[in-house]
Parts: sequence; structure tokens; C-alpha cells
Amino acid sequence: MTMRNQTNYDPSRFSYYVTDAFYGELVEDFSDWQADDQAIEDVAERDLFRRLVEQEARILDNLLFEDWLKLFAPECAYWVPSTPERGDPRREIAVMFDDRRRLEDRVYRLRTGYAWSQAPSSRTSRLVANVEVFRGRAPDQRMVRSNFIISEFWDNEIRTLSGWTGHRFRKLNGQWKISAKQVNLLDCDQCIRNPSIIL
Amino acid sequence: MTPLERMRIPSRAGNAPLHDWDELVQEDRVHRLIYTDPSVFDTEMTHIFGGTWVYLAHESQIPNANDFITGKLGLRPLIITRDSEGTIRALFNRCTHRGTTLCRWNKGNARSFQCPYHGWNFANSGKLRGVPWPDGYAEKLVRDPKFNLAQVPRVESYRGFIFGTLNVSAPPIDDHLGPIKKPIDEWLDRNPGGKVTVCEANRFKYKGNWKLAYDNSGDGYHVIYSHQSLLETENRFKDEDTAKGMSYYKQQPDELPMYIQYMGNGHHFKDKRPNLKKRPGGLWAIESLHPGMEHVAEKLRAKYGDKAEALLDLAGSEPVNINVFPNLSLLGNHIQVFQPVSYEETDAIWYGTKIDDVDGTIGEDALNDINALRMRTQEGFPNFGEVDDITNFEQIQRGLRCIEDEWIYMHRGLGIPGRIETLKDGTIKGPATDELFMREYIREWKRLMKAEPDIAIRREP
Repeated sequence: MTMRNQTNYDPSRFSYYVTDAFYGELVEDFSDWQADDQAIEDVAERDLFRRLVEQEARILDNLLFEDWLKLFAPECAYWVPSTPERGDPRREIAVMFDDRRRLEDRVYRLRTGYAWSQAPSSRTSRLVANVEVFRGRAPDQRMVRSNFIISEFWDNEIRTLSGWTGHRFRKLNGQWKISAKQVNLLDCDQCIRNPSIIL
Repeated sequence: MTPLERMRIPSRAGNAPLHDWDELVQEDRVHRLIYTDPSVFDTEMTHIFGGTWVYLAHESQIPNANDFITGKLGLRPLIITRDSEGTIRALFNRCTHRGTTLCRWNKGNARSFQCPYHGWNFANSGKLRGVPWPDGYAEKLVRDPKFNLAQVPRVESYRGFIFGTLNVSAPPIDDHLGPIKKPIDEWLDRNPGGKVTVCEANRFKYKGNWKLAYDNSGDGYHVIYSHQSLLETENRFKDEDTAKGMSYYKQQPDELPMYIQYMGNGHHFKDKRPNLKKRPGGLWAIESLHPGMEHVAEKLRAKYGDKAEALLDLAGSEPVNINVFPNLSLLGNHIQVFQPVSYEETDAIWYGTKIDDVDGTIGEDALNDINALRMRTQEGFPNFGEVDDITNFEQIQRGLRCIEDEWIYMHRGLGIPGRIETLKDGTIKGPATDELFMREYIREWKRLMKAEPDIAIRREP
């Protein structure tokens, strides 16, 4: 494996940023964050984030995965815990835990034409609702909670995937980007048939 | 001796014998009915999942006294517990009064289980402790052993793996495992202290027969095709020094030093380790790219120099498939369990494992880094490989609805002189792409389906 200077690398190619400190911050940011006294009450700001999660749902429904990747910060995490308690991804298997590169792997696999679990692709219709915006632990950070219902048509039937999502948004170069997305499936600790769409 | 209770198997089956098993299972092919007939499945639930040793749980899931998890033996709901005395028991999760399941939680710690329906209360030894308003019964219920919980009469562990059988005449688990113990030992002994700890899982369900997963467990022929999306993805960077993952299958896989070995009693072993150029370090070199990989590698190499490669290998996916009939598969660092649900539905659970710094040689910092990386390497195949396999299993089940097209073939490697070798210990070895393990394990399946297992349950006296 080619070694690179840590200060000068592309997170789409090399994974240097997924450190113990990165995990630690992630676990802390996603603990005890849904507090009423941290809620954003400004209507315009709440609407901004509601539109961002709605936009993300539309992009995924339209299978525009490359556009979806652009919503994320270069250094990001996509995390689907395997227990309702969510746990610590350093010590427990997750349903999915992707850094930037593996997120791009996920999209790459779906585009190979040989991803039999998505041949043909699922059709999805995503409802996101109950959007609440909370202050993060830094001024340029917001935490957004939303509930989701994904109707997925695959293999001649429609099924429902439900749960809630925590988005950690960070402002980079004046734009809000997803720096972490935690998807909490209601049945995350149960056996799931063909869990191969992007949630 | 504790009392055993036997039921008469023919009275259960009613219409036995169901099939001419020799007609359904032949040397080179099997009949679709073994996957599609619900009555075959019903017989399997006693003759296989009951009649032979079945993997139940790992000891690290119940490390302390009174810990329990719920599980299954075939379709029978179980409470698998380490009781107050430290004895591991597999209790039927079934109240002896009206049949209700006693425990509906996945795991926990409890000295006793109280039935939610009428309040009967059982110690985790299985003994009935009390019932509400006992004066309403003519006899003292708690003195009659028939009201103690039924339990699996034979529960034995091999190095942390807990097995159970209802067949009271089955050989000890050590003898039953036989030659497959050697790769299990090697798989464990590559970790510090020769042990692993279970830490959550990737859990799948597919609409297909459980044997489709076991047929796949040692299949070296499907890799290039079923997993083409994975192979292309893990090799998408052309500047990597080494081809990643299972890329070695792209060469002439029949000619490579990897092999498949049938180990008796339905168990088999696919050993891909001989393909590795060197160890330590060779495993890490072909590991596909995972979150945190470069960071941890750089950190450990700076701190430990040449010794870092051996540490990194602990996070790498050990290239073996150790398949213990009928429901356990050790592969990479996973403990995979096949759990039949119906003749056309199966749960496949990929338990992750982590390591402990048993003798203090790794140090907490490096241990945490290695385990974090080990979590990520273990999520790779379930996410990008298993989803395609289970889709193909489902499509086999669908294809088998063609009633008139009766046969499924498993004859790769059969009848080619000098290709398959029977070793002195009775194990059978051949190229990793041969279907010899399918032919051999299904022969054992047939033997068990024909046999009348000595099935019983046990209760505390």
C-alpha cells in the first residue's frame, strides 16, 4: 500500500482520518443530542435543513448516487448501527459503517452491473418527516433528527423499511455538508432480507 | 441420572417413510424435493436439527453466571443460559403449563424466568420454583419433575463453541467434530490466548432452503461470478501493489494450492491459506480497503516496526471456510450461523468477533485499533458479497418451482482420475472449485434422514 503524508491525501483514496479520535467524536456527537433546550427555533434555519434531508431522499429515490456523494463532507461517516442502543463502532459490528472511500465503494459496486442484489435496482419512495434541528457541539455544526419510511419495490413486492435518521451537518466553505449520517432501522438487530439499497 | 423422556418418532411423522432417500440423493445429483418439500423440512427438524450435534451459541455471549441468550434448535425456541452454578444449559423456551414462551428478550441476566401468561416461575436450572395459588392443584406441582422445563439432554462445548443434540446416543462432541477440530484450533490459535469474543452481527434473511447456504459454504466455483461486483469494487484502484480479496480465483483456480477437504460427519474445510505468499503480512497485503486501514497501519508500523504486520494480520480476514454440519461456518473472522425458518426461508447470521489482549503483549491502544479495524474488515463481505449470494440462493429456490426439471447437479470433479484423494485419516481432498464436499455432506444428510435417532428431552429430577 502506498504511504502518503497524512496532511496531504485524498480521503476518497486513502483512509487516514478514521482514527480513535474520529470514532470518539462520532460516538459523543450522537449521544444525548436530542435535547429541547438545544433545538433551533428559527423557522428559516429549520426549513433549510428540512429541505436538505428532503433533497437527499429525492436524490436517492432517483438513484443519483454520484450526486448523493456530493452532499457529504470529504471526511464523513455513514453508520447503520446493529442495535437500538447504537453502541460503539470500534467494538461492535454495524449493519453498515462506511468512511468516504467505502461509501464510494458502495456506489461503485451498484454501478458495476454485477451487483445481483440490485439487478434490477430497487425502486424506492422515501418519506422523511418530524424533522427537528438541534445545535451541535460546535458553532458550525447542526444535528438533525428525522423519521423515515422507505417503500422499496424489489423482486415483485413492496416492503417497508422504517426508522429514524440522525444527520450531523457541518459548514464547509459556506455550505452545509453531511459529515455523518446515522440510520437507525427499527429492526436493526433482526435478520433482514436483502439489505442492499442505500438508506 | 436425570430422567429422559422419549417420544416415538414414527408416530410424529405419521406418514413415514416419506421418500426413497436413495432416489432423491444420488452420487452426482439431488432431487429438487429436498429443497422444496415441506415434509422433508419437517423430518430435517428432528433427524438433522435434533438427531445430530447442532451449534447453539458461543460461550462469550453468556460469560457470567445467570447470563442468557435466546436461540433455537431447529424451530424449537431455546433459552441458552449459564445457570447459577455455572452449568451451560439449553432450556426449551416453553412453559410446562400451557406452552407459552417464557422469555422474549434476545439476551440478559436472570436467575429465573416467570411465565407472562399465568405466572409459573422457573429457576434457570429449569426447575419449577412455584405457581400462583398452588392450593388449586390436587398435588404439589413443584415436586413433580414433569413440570420442570424440558431441556436439550446433551449440551457440550468445544473451545467456546456450544453445541446441543437431542440424540442421547450421539458420540461426544469431540469425537463428532473429529478432523475438523484441527482447522478450528488453528483459526482460534491465531488470536491472542486462542480465543475470540462475539460482538454483534450482520443478520440476513433469505427466501430459500437452509441447505442452499450450506451448499455454498465451501463452494469455490461461484466466487468469480456471484461475487464479480465485490471483486471489481475491491480492485478498482489500479495503483495498488497487490490484487485484493479473493482475486486469486481469477487465475486457474483448479491449479492453485488452495483445496477443499471433506472432514467426515458432514463437516468440510476450504483452505485458501496456501495461496498466500508470505506470513506475517501476506494476509494484510491482500485485504481489501477498509475504513481506518492506512491510519492504523501507519501508526502500528511506526511503533512496532516489523512486528506490526503480525498485528495487522489479526484484523485481516483469515482465508478459510470451516464448515461444521449443519449450521456453523467459521470464515474470515466470522462465526456464521444458518438458522432454518421454513423449507423456503432461512436466517444467516454473521457474528463478528473481536480479540482480547489475553497475556498483555498487545497493549490497550493497539488492541483498540486492531479491533476497530477488525470490525470494518468483517463488515466488508456481508455488505458487498453476501447480498449477492443470498439473492442467488433465492433465485435457486424460485428456479426449483419447475416441477418437471427435477435434478440439481454437484458433480464437478467427479470421475476425473487422480483429481480427488482420500487421505490416511479418511478425509477427502480435492481442488477448491470441486463440489466434492456437497456430494459428501449430502451423503451424511441422507444417512441421518434414513436413521432413527435416539431422541429424548431431559428435565431436572
